[in-house]
Amino acid sequence: MNLTLKIWRQNGTNDKGRMEVYPISDVNPEMSFLEMMDVLNEQLIEDGKDPIAFDHDCREGICGMCSMFINGEAHGPGRRITTCQLHMRSFKDGDTVVVEPWRAAAFPVIKDLVVDRGAFDRIQQAGGYVSVNTSGNTLDANAIAVPKKDADRAFDAATCIGCGACVATCKNSSAMLFVSAKVSQFALLPQGRVEAKERVQKMVRQMDLEGFGNCTNTGACEVECPVGISLENIARMNREYLSASLASAE
Amino acid sequence: MKLDAKIPSGALATKWGAHKSNIRLVSPANKRSIDIVVVGTGLAGSSAAASLAEMGYRVKAFCFQDSPRRAHSIAAQGGINAAKNYQNDGDSVHRLFYDTIKGGDYRSREANVYRLAEVSANIIDQCVAQGVPFARDYGGLLDNRSFGGVQVSRTFYAKGQTGQQLLLGAYSALNRQISKGNVKLYNRHEMMDVVVEDGKTKGIIARNLVTGEIERHGAHAVLLCTGGYGNVFFLSTNAMGSNGSAAWKAHRRGALFANPCFTQIHPTCIPQSGEYQSKLTLMSESLRNDGRIWVPKDKKDAEAIREGRLKPTDLPEEKRDYYLERRYPAFGNLVPRDVASRAAKERCDEGYGVNATGQAVFLDFGSAIERYGRTEANQLGIENPSKEKVIELGEKVVAAKYGNLFDMYNKIKDTNPYKSPMMIYPAVHYTMGGIWVDYNLMTSVKGLYALGEANFSDHGANRLGASALMQGLADGYFVAPYTVGDYLADEIRSGNIDTNSPAFEQAEKEVVERIDALINNNGTKTVDYFHKALGKIMWDKCGMARNAEGLKEAIKQIQELRAEFWKEVKVPGRKDMYNPELDKAGRVADFLELGELMCLDALTREESCGGHFREEFQTEDGEALRDDENFAFVSCWKYNGEPAKAELIKEELTFENVELKTRSYK
Repeated sequence: MNLTLKIWRQNGTNDKGRMEVYPISDVNPEMSFLEMMDVLNEQLIEDGKDPIAFDHDCREGICGMCSMFINGEAHGPGRRITTCQLHMRSFKDGDTVVVEPWRAAAFPVIKDLVVDRGAFDRIQQAGGYVSVNTSGNTLDANAIAVPKKDADRAFDAATCIGCGACVATCKNSSAMLFVSAKVSQFALLPQGRVEAKERVQKMVRQMDLEGFGNCTNTGACEVECPVGISLENIARMNREYLSASLASAE
Repeated sequence: MKLDAKIPSGALATKWGAHKSNIRLVSPANKRSIDIVVVGTGLAGSSAAASLAEMGYRVKAFCFQDSPRRAHSIAAQGGINAAKNYQNDGDSVHRLFYDTIKGGDYRSREANVYRLAEVSANIIDQCVAQGVPFARDYGGLLDNRSFGGVQVSRTFYAKGQTGQQLLLGAYSALNRQISKGNVKLYNRHEMMDVVVEDGKTKGIIARNLVTGEIERHGAHAVLLCTGGYGNVFFLSTNAMGSNGSAAWKAHRRGALFANPCFTQIHPTCIPQSGEYQSKLTLMSESLRNDGRIWVPKDKKDAEAIREGRLKPTDLPEEKRDYYLERRYPAFGNLVPRDVASRAAKERCDEGYGVNATGQAVFLDFGSAIERYGRTEANQLGIENPSKEKVIELGEKVVAAKYGNLFDMYNKIKDTNPYKSPMMIYPAVHYTMGGIWVDYNLMTSVKGLYALGEANFSDHGANRLGASALMQGLADGYFVAPYTVGDYLADEIRSGNIDTNSPAFEQAEKEVVERIDALINNNGTKTVDYFHKALGKIMWDKCGMARNAEGLKEAIKQIQELRAEFWKEVKVPGRKDMYNPELDKAGRVADFLELGELMCLDALTREESCGGHFREEFQTEDGEALRDDENFAFVSCWKYNGEPAKAELIKEELTFENVELKTRSYK
């Protein structure tokens, strides 16, 4: 099939950027979206043009590196997938496909479709851990039983791949879904409970410092999240944050 | 050059404990003036950087990705082994040790493997303490499952995302140290060379991949935690950025490369569908617990299926060849990876392949769905359930066990694996070979260490499932943090490393010259053209089956391809800006040398063992024929200007605690 691609080009963070049009022909419906981009880039290089920069690595939906806003949706059409799991069979011959980077003040563009998500790392550094040394001399792993329900919920929250689709999707560029996933994972486990109050306050403070917006409960983040992180986590974080704030005010 | 593996004396079970107690320490005050560079932030790198920083060293951690959490350890699916014996099924440190040695076809070091088994239990304790959400049973305790080549249930898991959860655990430990200022993180940075002066490691040259800036980083020790080199084959289950460059640079600076030809080809991957394909996706080994592998008995049926005239579900039982169950009745579908892969290739080569390219076999859950469905119906007290009901119930059970893998298959192939069998084919997955290290994980260059998949030490000629995660974390949390002290105890008087020394000047000059050569070459062919061509040579001639004639041809072809690369490669853009094509060009240039060494190693090893199958050395019924008399050694290659001139140094393997037997899974 033949497609018209409209792709955001931006030569560095300070460049204004613009959309450019690239026709592409003979696209195989079995290709992934990124493989289609590979083919386009090979053509651009052969024609002596600058290939399109985009982030990608594992190409199986787990590393969280790929990050394209396709036809107005994070990771394109389809639910519960990353861009690398989007296949060209989702498009029709003659379609025009618009490809943009994640857009958020806290995610500056590095080049074309590549953005800097360092803010996510800094939020994790602010408190996304359990303060335990790596000696191996901890309790036996089975010393504390964890109810299966809690363990499963903690796992569901922990599956966040840190791609940033939630921020890109949110009209406020809020990172609440991302932050709440980590807060929830630890809040639900006895190992993480000890520091729960300090953790949520530190992580929220860093989130605000990075310039992410606030949550207005639209819920678009949950819809676009490739691994289905639930809005419940945001509710849990709000509860944790409130009780931590009250406790520290005492 | 004489090799000393520095294996401690004493009984096997006491070696590590005694060594740890006797090893030299660095005092807390002195640690504060010692710099350590850790390259790579996967399981081995993140855990090592976090542990060393926690101990008081000044650590710099490097990764080429945008965040440490993206390292390819994240993609590991099935689980992590540990000798906890929580299931009370007779597991022990010794049994894990024995299974690993045997699974590796007796080509690994006893002492290293024993240590790995010994610390395995601590890994699980550590990870749980960090808040890693492992699967639990209804009593709230940890759950286990089984993997290939063993007879106990010792694999801990977090659905099909165990690697992700373990890496996020190590990443959180790393973040804790970053927040304290004990680790400085350099993301989107690539190590370009190791700096060695007077036989000692002094640091690295790195490139900032965003700005193109070349940086010098002095260090008293450098830890390479840079993973494997499976991407030499172009198509593999590795991430696109996974590369062998750090290992290769270390090799060129004097580190021996061990067993480069030992490559693991994983039997259950989604087959290639076209020339544009960029990577292959693994379907977890855990699927072989319940899936049955087959091809049609009759070539005509295979042909009809290939051409779409016959549906696999319409082929009756008696016309199917469950070839693993037929050839290996004792282990059936759960034979080790190397055995399963070769058997699939044999059937497809004989013309029984089932997809359009003839390079696929079926992985069928039909009988598992029916079996589980009947059990479920019994439990629900449904008498004489209809076939539809049985299937409906059975599909639910299978979905609970493997749902995310079935979804992954469905997303890629757009077919429903509950209704029609999956099509699978072997693909390159892991490299057992790597940088040679001694018992302390130090390479043959002083102060340079290799951890995790980057080293060669624990898996011999074939790695067992769920053991890669175990090794990465064992090396990073529990081995290297102790053993580096033994070397660094002599470095406490060295002071800060001078990054203006001639060795740094020279290394940086060479790095810049090479980048200039690539960017200014202005040839006619893209980097991927060369990578694909190399991958094809490697897959055809140094893949699942190898022979002397093919390997000799491959060596010649790779040499020619390398010459053509430097003449014809075209790298667009500039060197002083974000330029992924330039990054890729440097990595492919290194693969073009490493690939040749792999072929040379495969040619030299005139036996079949584990993942290394030489067609000339097989039994009458096509099984691997090992030669312990002449080849019970580690092949260690010393760089001498070009891959063809590499010198072979042998580390003889001695087995004092296990008896060398022919692996039989019949």
